Amino acid sequence: MKTMDMPSQPANDHVELPLVPALAVENLSVTFQGETGSVDAVRDVSFTLYQGETLALVGESGSGKSVTSLAALRLLPPGSKARIEGRARLFGPQGPRDLLALSNEEMRHIRGDEIAMIFQEPMTSLNPVLTAGFQISETLMVHRGLSRHEADAEAVRLLDKVRIPDARSRMNQYPHDFSGGMRQRVMIAMALACRPKVLIADEPTTALDVTIQAQILELIRSLQEEDGMSVLFITHDMGVVAEIADRTVVMYKGAVVETGATVDLFAGARQPYTQALLSAVPKLGSMRGRARPMRFPVVDRTTGEADTPVEVPETVIASEQPLLQVSGLTKRFDIKRGLFSPLKGRVHAVENVSFDVNAGETLTLVGESGCGKSTTGRTVLRLIEPTAGSIQFGGADFLALKAERLREHRNRMQIIFQDPFASLNPRMTVGDAIAAPLRVNKLATASQARERVADLLRRVGLDPAVAGRYPHEFSGGQRQRICIARALVLQPKLIVADEAVSALDVSVKAQVINLMLDLQAEMGLAYLFISHDMAAVERVSHRVAVMYLGEIVEIGPRQAIFENPQHPYTKRLLAAVPVADPLRRGQKGPVVADEIRSPIRSPDYVPPERRYRTVSQGHRVMEWGDEW
Amino acid sequence: MSFETALDPLSTSGSRPAGNRAWRRFRRHKLAVFGVVAIVVLLLACAFGPLVTPFDPLRIDLRHRFAGPSFGGNLFGTDQLGRDLLVRLMMAGRISLTIGLCAMVVSTAFGTLVGIMAGYYGGWTRVLLMRFVDAMLSFPQIFLLLVLAAFIQPSIVTITLLIAATTWMEVARVVEGQIRSLRERDFVLAAQAFGAPGRYVMMRELLPNAAGPIIVAATLAIARAILMEAYVSFLGYGVQAPTASWGNMLNDAQQYLGSAPWLAIFPGLAITLAVASFNFAGDGLRDALDARGDLH
Repeated sequence: MKTMDMPSQPANDHVELPLVPALAVENLSVTFQGETGSVDAVRDVSFTLYQGETLALVGESGSGKSVTSLAALRLLPPGSKARIEGRARLFGPQGPRDLLALSNEEMRHIRGDEIAMIFQEPMTSLNPVLTAGFQISETLMVHRGLSRHEADAEAVRLLDKVRIPDARSRMNQYPHDFSGGMRQRVMIAMALACRPKVLIADEPTTALDVTIQAQILELIRSLQEEDGMSVLFITHDMGVVAEIADRTVVMYKGAVVETGATVDLFAGARQPYTQALLSAVPKLGSMRGRARPMRFPVVDRTTGEADTPVEVPETVIASEQPLLQVSGLTKRFDIKRGLFSPLKGRVHAVENVSFDVNAGETLTLVGESGCGKSTTGRTVLRLIEPTAGSIQFGGADFLALKAERLREHRNRMQIIFQDPFASLNPRMTVGDAIAAPLRVNKLATASQARERVADLLRRVGLDPAVAGRYPHEFSGGQRQRICIARALVLQPKLIVADEAVSALDVSVKAQVINLMLDLQAEMGLAYLFISHDMAAVERVSHRVAVMYLGEIVEIGPRQAIFENPQHPYTKRLLAAVPVADPLRRGQKGPVVADEIRSPIRSPDYVPPERRYRTVSQGHRVMEWGDEW
Repeated sequence: MSFETALDPLSTSGSRPAGNRAWRRFRRHKLAVFGVVAIVVLLLACAFGPLVTPFDPLRIDLRHRFAGPSFGGNLFGTDQLGRDLLVRLMMAGRISLTIGLCAMVVSTAFGTLVGIMAGYYGGWTRVLLMRFVDAMLSFPQIFLLLVLAAFIQPSIVTITLLIAATTWMEVARVVEGQIRSLRERDFVLAAQAFGAPGRYVMMRELLPNAAGPIIVAATLAIARAILMEAYVSFLGYGVQAPTASWGNMLNDAQQYLGSAPWLAIFPGLAITLAVASFNFAGDGLRDALDARGDLH
């Protein structure tokens, strides 16, 4: 595939750069020899990274984007029997060198001195028993030949450079003392230690919360401007691409589909695949002026034609008695070191949370990691017993139910989990898994159960013939459909969807959300949707509750929350979402360098009295103090 | 082409049953394959051997005492009462292997039960059960076995139970660890959410996923049980004459070690072969069933 002509001009608005290549990957192919035959992971991929630009390598899982970069740096695990063809030329003062032809010793120098990498999970790349400062100093001493004293001074400077507050004292802290975002900063500081010309960032923000992601993206961008590095940014997130990349290479199934300036690509992609990918990306703000959720447009992948989605029909049945009524829900976890040791503290996971869900309605709990949204969802189902509070479900006091009646009632409420790989029993066929709730509750004969399974598989868009297969034979999206079918088999009124689409590729995510909306319309389901993904939340919710440190800081109709946010945290959360539109880059307010605080309190902590102010019909916001 | 559609034909790679992959991995382990072959040969020989040889294992023939091994007559020679050693070895093998297998079944079942309860319920149940396991493990196994054997009338059934009673702890530990990590997985929560009672979750959701390590532990348990039976019988507390087991054959043989060494060598070899074979097979199974790749 000859997709790589010399690209016209990197779309960098402010700086006019001469087109000097830094790294050129040419006709790279990687084939893995497996037990079952060979797999072409990367096929004939070519692209050029120019000096001072950010090039995004974007694709869904299995597109070969990471393998491409690992193969170019010769970092594929030694045990993997990979055949690598093509060239990866690194341009330097002494002319281009083919990375694939260098000796291991030469390669080692290049990896430290000229090309640096940062990865998705910083904890696995840092040594847990050495202080952060020591690890950076070590790198400096080995690669730049500095003395211990010079290296320490330089390390402090680097930590300052990546905006770690109070760098000098944090030098002596261990990796586990840092939060996820701070750890990624340490990794970046280490990567910058040798002033590399090329930085390869492999999904560096995927594991981070959205406000932290915004900070790291901002950091990478400003560091690049200061040092004139070239950045190869590997990601699956089109929003991040729009935020950071000058040019974009779209990969699909191991091959390059399209290459172009990011602005042009977002304005009008030429290839149907890219069009389909872009249309599936939820864009924050695209729901302005609409009250009800909306399906994602479905794009024909061969012609690139999209249908125009309409708002879903009205499904909410507002009545005096909501389907689910949660009030004053509180869950605290005690922290003890051992069985007999005294209480060290408490995690205030959920603190005095109240909300209602009507039949046929989607209420979303949104927030960042540690905000207690998943604990809330599980407590509602009594998978975790709450510390205090009351839950009324279908008119009955859910917390007062004894085991036998609880089981009956719980069947009206089901849950779908985030990881479709962990939520299906690998040793049970899909049909058995879906029928299990019927069998356990003795609600159907074997032949009735078989019929229900076939019917449900059809409803979630799968062939009923797959009932005899095992979960490992399905892709992530298909497994999530199976989980939905299992949740539906008992005909629940409410489904708790705990990050149910967060682990899915963007196009699959759009399909699963469409399915959930269709099922809501057909069956009048209510969803308690739990998510950190603001753009997806905007698409599916009727009402939204924003959680922070175990408390609801703002709750109201979706339109009110997104178009008229009141609480500073809601505003910050919305500002941090990467907007999948490169033209709107940099139009948002300044990014606050702050960490998400911890909900761990001392044993004698008494939570403050909270008051809520009503903004408009159903839109309430917690009154905040000086900390904001 | 592009993304997955809901009705996509399922991908073919990786869709082979997990069993196939395990078998391929097992086959690569040459010693394990040897072990399995040896076990099968031993089992068949002990089961059918005595039926096809011309010798009666109990017929005493004092004229042929201490006949050395020869290809013409008694292949493995005869013992101090003139009985054919090969047939006796096979008859003893029936006893030793049966005790090994039965002790394994009992100890695995009990150990699994304790492990799964401790792992699933956690909290005080776990503390009590696992500390009991620790306490049992802190006795020197052979002494415990010998002391118990001294109090109880030895018979095949009691020996089997005694061996099981002193070997179930390993299984319990393996299972407990496995269950404790499995029970945190979402499919267990999902089962609880649709109202599955604890017994269902343990038996249908958890146990099949712990099957690999249990099978490995069970295979190794047979090897140990055979060895333990040999110990006890050799010391005279185990299977009693005239019933032969590999252990008490060794006991009989020790006084003739100088004059008729084959009496000790052949039972010794049988024990070594059986124990080593089960251990090899267990190692191979451990590699083959190491289901980290399959378990998602």
